[in-house]
Amino acid sequence: MKLRQRMMLQPRHAPWVFLAPFLLLFAVFGLFPIGFSLYMSVHEWDPVQGLGSARYVGFDNFAFVLGDEWFRNSLGTTLLLAVLSGVPQHLVAIPLACFIDAQARRTRDLLAAVFFLPYITSTVAIAIMFTALLSRDFGMVNLVISTLSGWPLIGPLLPDGPIDWINDPDRLVPAVSMVVFWRFVGFNTLLYLAALQAVPRELHEAARLDGASTWQRFRFITLPMLKPVMFFAVTLSVIGGMQLFEEPFILSGGNGGVDQAVLTTAIYLYRSAFEFSDFGAASAMSWLLFLLMAALTALIRRVLGERES
Amino acid sequence: MTRSVDERPMDTGAGAVMGRAGAWALVAVGGLMMLAPFYLMFVYATHDRAEIFQLPPPLWFGDRLIDNLSLLASRIPFWTNLGWSLYVAVINTALTLLFCSMGGYAFAMFDFPGKRWLFRLVLAVMLVPPFLGMISTFLIVDALGWLDEPRALYVPGAASAFGIFLMRQFIVASIPPALIEAARLDGCGEWRIFVSIVLPLLGPALGTLGLVTFVASWNNFMGPLVVMRSVERYTLPLALRATQSPVDTEWGALMAGSAVAVIPLMVLFAFFSRRLVAGLTAGAVRG
Repeated sequence: MKLRQRMMLQPRHAPWVFLAPFLLLFAVFGLFPIGFSLYMSVHEWDPVQGLGSARYVGFDNFAFVLGDEWFRNSLGTTLLLAVLSGVPQHLVAIPLACFIDAQARRTRDLLAAVFFLPYITSTVAIAIMFTALLSRDFGMVNLVISTLSGWPLIGPLLPDGPIDWINDPDRLVPAVSMVVFWRFVGFNTLLYLAALQAVPRELHEAARLDGASTWQRFRFITLPMLKPVMFFAVTLSVIGGMQLFEEPFILSGGNGGVDQAVLTTAIYLYRSAFEFSDFGAASAMSWLLFLLMAALTALIRRVLGERES
Repeated sequence: MTRSVDERPMDTGAGAVMGRAGAWALVAVGGLMMLAPFYLMFVYATHDRAEIFQLPPPLWFGDRLIDNLSLLASRIPFWTNLGWSLYVAVINTALTLLFCSMGGYAFAMFDFPGKRWLFRLVLAVMLVPPFLGMISTFLIVDALGWLDEPRALYVPGAASAFGIFLMRQFIVASIPPALIEAARLDGCGEWRIFVSIVLPLLGPALGTLGLVTFVASWNNFMGPLVVMRSVERYTLPLALRATQSPVDTEWGALMAGSAVAVIPLMVLFAFFSRRLVAGLTAGAVRG
């Protein structure tokens, strides 16, 4: 009995015992990597000789990276892809969520599931599938375009001749943006849909009785009520867009495409570390990208965020 | 589309009806565009390359599924890769559930020095984008001699800050401290309190976290890309990507493999869509 009591976990120690496994992993794989990447960003060493050869170089890595044309281009590419894929997501998700909320009460769950499906499936499988669909000679996308171009009205708007989505750098950018849009539009729709359900119906009813038009009700009731979730959703899109990796990586065959058309900063960072073995420069890039993300998030907070009371 | 905000089912004006029909048509086309790529993936999975290259390409199922899978298995150790994907996802999920329920319980129900500070730290790290720790994680895994070992994926994967956060919130909201206190007064040991009283009450939170963790591990690409070296140890996404080549990609086989990667997720989604959606939209903070 004595022994048993001594073996028993004391309430005083209990929280630490319960936390121990998580804290150990958190320290090793959560905290330490962040600190160590800061260390790497100001050091230089030969990966073959190991860390023993590391020497402090101050901000040399940052200076090198900032002077690197590929890096600067990658930032531009990342921003371009983030905007081209991100803005349409919200322009479609908000009306779509309003429509589902107002008109499609009975088929709500089904529609939500259909639009959400791309988000939960493997990005790699999706990107591979789109590589096939976007193929120049047998891809379904070009086939649909060439069929539609025979139609009146729409036809003249479409390009004639098959489009080389994957190998033409000017076409790869919209192709990647389209895939990213396709994957995330349903996710945003669900965020907006959840927020819309919190809008009291009486508000719309009262405004309608006062003679407010559909557009006015959207502009002065729905939109303001959506503002907090818009802030949240746009922030997530920016955070995700700045880290874009898998879709451009797979669609471009792992290198960022012809003329680095879709070489995002995340891909360049990965290649710098694991292809060019330059851990110092890659770490500096990751911190610069992180700072840019933090700045953009702060900017969105200023534009869309609610004033703290 | 702004017309879609109109919520009056009794609105029978010709314009409103036309507008509604137009909006429905747009939504239906959008829904088709969400589903069509999956449908074509499944269709292509049942045709060989020559059939896919035909004009017009096939729109209905063929009979080459088995051929495609065996062709895929001759190019990459496909079934082994599938096994590793499943193995890593299951262990990763089990460890995450265990460690996060324990840790979340400690944060929710105990007072200890530094608790507030530590919890804030966990939240802060949750907001740090994964690429920042990518290289260091690789170096740690290398130093531990874990390169090419599945544990290089599920051990770091089990340190889920989001899981701690989710569990803590759930416990605070659903388990009264008086219950724990009463059990303690009755002489119940701390382990027994956790195992027989707390854990059974965590069902919904464990379900959500389990689903989210499983899906994330199953789809994980960057993790294995960095730490897995030989194709025998690749998880499914990595193996599929290795089959892709600029010149002679076997599209039928590759589509069959992609379908195998996607179908388990569709099944999970069909059964647990509400819980998955709730978990993933809440877990969005994790990115």
